[in-house]
Amino acid sequence: MSAILTAIALMALIALALGAVLGYASVKFRVEADPLVEKIDAVLPQTQCGQCGHPGCRPYAQAIADGVDDINKCPPGGEDGIRKLAELLGVEYKPFDEGAAQPKPRAVAVIDEANCIGCTLCLQACPVDAILGAAKQMHTIIASECTGCELCIAPCPVDCIAMKPLEPTLKTWKWGEPVIRIHPVEDTRA
Amino acid sequence: MRALYDFNGGVHPPEHKAISTGTPIRQAPVPPRLYVPMSQSLGNAALPCVAVGDTVLKGQKIAEPDGRLSAAVHAPTSGRVVAIAPHAYPHPSGLSELAVVIEPDGRDAWTERRPVADWRVRPAGELLARLAEMGVVGLGGAVFPTHLKAAASALDTLVINGAECEPFISCDDMLMRERAGGIVDGIRVLAHLTQPREVLIGVEDNKPEAIAALRQACAGSGFTVVAVPTKYPSGGAKQLIRILTGKAVPHGTRSTEMGVQCFNVATAYSVGRAIVHGEPVISRIVTLTGDVERPHNVEALLGTPVRFLIEYAGRRAGVDAVLMGGPMMGFALPDEDAGITKASNCLIAKSPAVLPPRPAAMPCIRCGECASACPVELQPMDLYWFAKAKNFGKAQEWHLFDCIECGACSYVCPSQIPLVDYYRYAKGEIWAAEHDKKAADRARARHEFRQFRLERDKSEKTQRLAERAAIKEKELAASLGQPAAPAPRAAEPAVADDDAKKAAIQAAMERAAARKAEKQTGEAAPAGPAPAAALDDAKKAAIQAAMERAAARKAEKPAARDAAQQKDDKER
Repeated sequence: MSAILTAIALMALIALALGAVLGYASVKFRVEADPLVEKIDAVLPQTQCGQCGHPGCRPYAQAIADGVDDINKCPPGGEDGIRKLAELLGVEYKPFDEGAAQPKPRAVAVIDEANCIGCTLCLQACPVDAILGAAKQMHTIIASECTGCELCIAPCPVDCIAMKPLEPTLKTWKWGEPVIRIHPVEDTRA
Repeated sequence: MRALYDFNGGVHPPEHKAISTGTPIRQAPVPPRLYVPMSQSLGNAALPCVAVGDTVLKGQKIAEPDGRLSAAVHAPTSGRVVAIAPHAYPHPSGLSELAVVIEPDGRDAWTERRPVADWRVRPAGELLARLAEMGVVGLGGAVFPTHLKAAASALDTLVINGAECEPFISCDDMLMRERAGGIVDGIRVLAHLTQPREVLIGVEDNKPEAIAALRQACAGSGFTVVAVPTKYPSGGAKQLIRILTGKAVPHGTRSTEMGVQCFNVATAYSVGRAIVHGEPVISRIVTLTGDVERPHNVEALLGTPVRFLIEYAGRRAGVDAVLMGGPMMGFALPDEDAGITKASNCLIAKSPAVLPPRPAAMPCIRCGECASACPVELQPMDLYWFAKAKNFGKAQEWHLFDCIECGACSYVCPSQIPLVDYYRYAKGEIWAAEHDKKAADRARARHEFRQFRLERDKSEKTQRLAERAAIKEKELAASLGQPAAPAPRAAEPAVADDDAKKAAIQAAMERAAARKAEKQTGEAAPAGPAPAAALDDAKKAAIQAAMERAAARKAEKPAARDAAQQKDDKER
């Protein structure tokens, strides 16, 4: 009888001790942010364009993590982006919705500097502060920082901003995927 | 006889070198127009420092380096700059690159040359600066700026690479045969800069004339000419270092860290020209070979169009493309109008007779031939597998980036799979993905900073407004002659309220007193002016109370306005 009691007491003690350790660890190694949101945010292209219906990439990542929104709402991420999200979240790949915004070739905004009136509206719209300028001064876009979100186009009162597709340069050109040409076989029976 | 080492794999393709070594190096004629590309080094394209219409002299600097890995460009001959515009560039992409177009005047007049005759006593920094000024880059193909490589000092071994292992190419061979003295001059400068314990010149043993010429030129210099067994790709820097010193340069390290530095013989020659003769790099030896009438080596000015050189060598009818570089690592030029660069060592007129087209690729049978041929001991069949499946992460894990793209695996593949094409494709995709990732990280940081900045600006504005309001309150309180209360916004309406209340109470008390008086007088004299007097008193009290209320409201107004403004700001 006493042996059983001792065993129970011992088990209870161990349970208490382990519980204390776990409790301590959960306080000590507490992760502030949701790591899933971070991971999703890392996959998103950070265009900050709002085409997903959220005010930036991080809110969209939060919405995906909460299960509020789908993974196929990010046109700049392309189909590759959806595949990566599907892999990360362990869900099925889902194509872009019919009629919804579709992926476009990468582009950067270019200000027609002759027509710019220096209204600063595009400066306020740019989510990554990639436009340089001041009131009544000509504005220009830092092409290397432009994410191609197109958010500056709508506010421009003189329509002097256009999107210019990115052309490959010697530094960005890459070898294409090797293709094996298929030659038609001539029919020699005749 | 030195002990030599061996590297894994390697292949022995037919050499085809003898076809272009029969005649000495000729000076290529000057074309009607030189298209000098600005991209002549591993780094950014150089920035032109001449204008259209300028007259330039031979050896005059026409473009300044842009960044650390960039190199200066000089006019190959005297003439007039007729255009500075994008022009065809020798690159597999076929993209155009900025070129300075020079119309030679035929005088070939040199600019002032400033040789450093006493280089032996000059500090290293000065000589390195001179090398950078003269646009000296690695002529073996990598076009890495030489002054950066030569900045290493106290080396164990200085390796001079004269292996030239790739088929068809014989420009280094001819240079060593004919200008061994010039090469040794350059090696002396390099040895002075890097202070090595020994200098080894590695030459493949299929070039006996070059070895003999170098040995003769090296007599008494302490430099050792080593004949290395002919095997492709022994001319790779890391492979030659391995053969000569036995040191294997590990992944992610440079040979300098192991006390070895390697320069091509043509680079050494141009170092000699730059320091001893004060001549910048304006020409190079180019092998013209393949299906041409007169295969030979020429010294061609940089910017000479490829088409012009192939015509000079006698283009034959069946030529369908021109390769730049050798058949193993070279590429077909998309546009023959491109001007040659410092990296253009060989031009092969390709025809089915000389280089038969590769048969169609068959499936991989995993025979492992490629792995036994790989000089860097990779598993090419697995890399192929991963690249084909677009599993780039895995390819990287299997050391894709150690691949030197020598083509030995493709050469031995019994299924004729263009393996190197897959590795180039995978490398390009990985680089692009890394570039995108960096751009995304930067965009995220910029976006987050923007959010932070907006927040900060808003809170700073609120604070500023609050401070301004407090100052106004104080001023107002001072002008009203009231003591400045520490919290005037809350206190003042209370004070006004109190006043109004007091007035109301006083009025009520007066009314009560009046009524009392009325009763008393009513008992004494029921009619008369008494009620009227009482009424007057009540009216007066009411007027006074109203006036006091108005004053209170006036005092309250500024405070209320401030409060409202603050609320607005917050909402904004």
